[in-house]
Amino acid sequence: MSEIADSGGGEKGGKKRAKKQSTRIDMTPMVDLAFLLLTFFVLTSTFSKPKSMELTFPVPPNPLDPPPPAIKNGITFLLTKDDKIFYYEGEYKAKDQPEATVVKELNYSQESLHKYLADKNKRLQDEIKNLEAKLQAKQIPDTTYKRLVRNAKADKSSPTFLIKTDDQATYKNVIDLIDELNINLVGKYVVVDILKSELDLVHEKTGG
Amino acid sequence: MSRKPSKGGAPALDMTPMVDLAFLLVTFFMLTAAFRMAEPVVVDPPSSIGQVMLPDNHIMISIDDKGRVFFGISNSTAKMAALVKMSEKYKVPFTEKQIKKFSGLASFGIDIKDLPRYIDATESERNKFQPQKGVPLDSLNNQLKDWISNGGSEAVRAYMEAKQKAEAAGQELKAEKPRYAIKCDAKTKYMLVKDAIKTFTDLKIFQFNLITSLEGGGTVLEASKK
Repeated sequence: MSEIADSGGGEKGGKKRAKKQSTRIDMTPMVDLAFLLLTFFVLTSTFSKPKSMELTFPVPPNPLDPPPPAIKNGITFLLTKDDKIFYYEGEYKAKDQPEATVVKELNYSQESLHKYLADKNKRLQDEIKNLEAKLQAKQIPDTTYKRLVRNAKADKSSPTFLIKTDDQATYKNVIDLIDELNINLVGKYVVVDILKSELDLVHEKTGG
Repeated sequence: MSRKPSKGGAPALDMTPMVDLAFLLVTFFMLTAAFRMAEPVVVDPPSSIGQVMLPDNHIMISIDDKGRVFFGISNSTAKMAALVKMSEKYKVPFTEKQIKKFSGLASFGIDIKDLPRYIDATESERNKFQPQKGVPLDSLNNQLKDWISNGGSEAVRAYMEAKQKAEAAGQELKAEKPRYAIKCDAKTKYMLVKDAIKTFTDLKIFQFNLITSLEGGGTVLEASKK
């Protein structure tokens, strides 16, 4: 910098053109550098934080507590290998009892699992859609809306979904199922341990 | 001389605004960039419609497709404090320098006995340390449990201290309470994930953020609106 000023000072007069030129800097390399850095930071910065799904697991039961009452309107999903889902409704009934539990099969496609859940949870879905419409029409404030949705989801009459896995099911299976439950606005679901009898049922079906 | 090129076809462009803009953007990205630390394993989580952001302050367990468990704390102060506590409990000495270096590392998946060696290794050597076996979590040697409980209590303490400091200065605290996050590979057998979750539930921690990659779409509500 100082050098330029010196030379400019030394050759005063007559060399106006040279002086004029020196004020114009070629910015191309600087631009190159700027964009190089820009590209680097754009590509390396983690633009969005990872998304997550909040899930609460049940507190393990105290052995001293009385056994909880059986869930009447429960639907149990049994996840197993090859992305298969078996399910049964209501309580588990052993083979020798009347109306023994028979499992049915579902898969993760739109026509199978989604349709089944949409069907099972129709009442709750309609109720929430109703509330949503009211919210849109500004008939209820959003705090009330949230409270009513929460109440509707906790309602006893809507089914509770139990998710059980055998040792072959993958993490993706569990997440996909929970995701599908969330999509269908299911209010009550829980991931629990599989019973030996249920595991036998699954093995019978898969032949393993 | 200076006029010749502008006359002769090659248009002289005034690049000053462009440079201004470019440097503005560079500055922005430089200041906002939060560099992702190199993870010891690639974990490819399944996708879901979950929209909840992973909190900045978290304790994360990553489980890869073979069931190896990796542990990491986002808060570096808590990370150092947890290491000190673990070092006392397992009688594995760490130097001051090692503890400092540890705070800058990403998640790790090794037995605490190998940890000093792992910390001292250079970046390239560390990769040779593979395969990391994962933090032990069987019932006889459940180091994961100690990491979680020490890490958790230290993270909470760091949060409380920051909160008190902010309150004393009359400011509002931006940081959130630490949360527990679980990041699993889609192909991991759920049984292995369950073992890790059991470690948490044994410590009376029941709420998790399960990390998933983003998927298009939403609930039935949004779908019906379209």
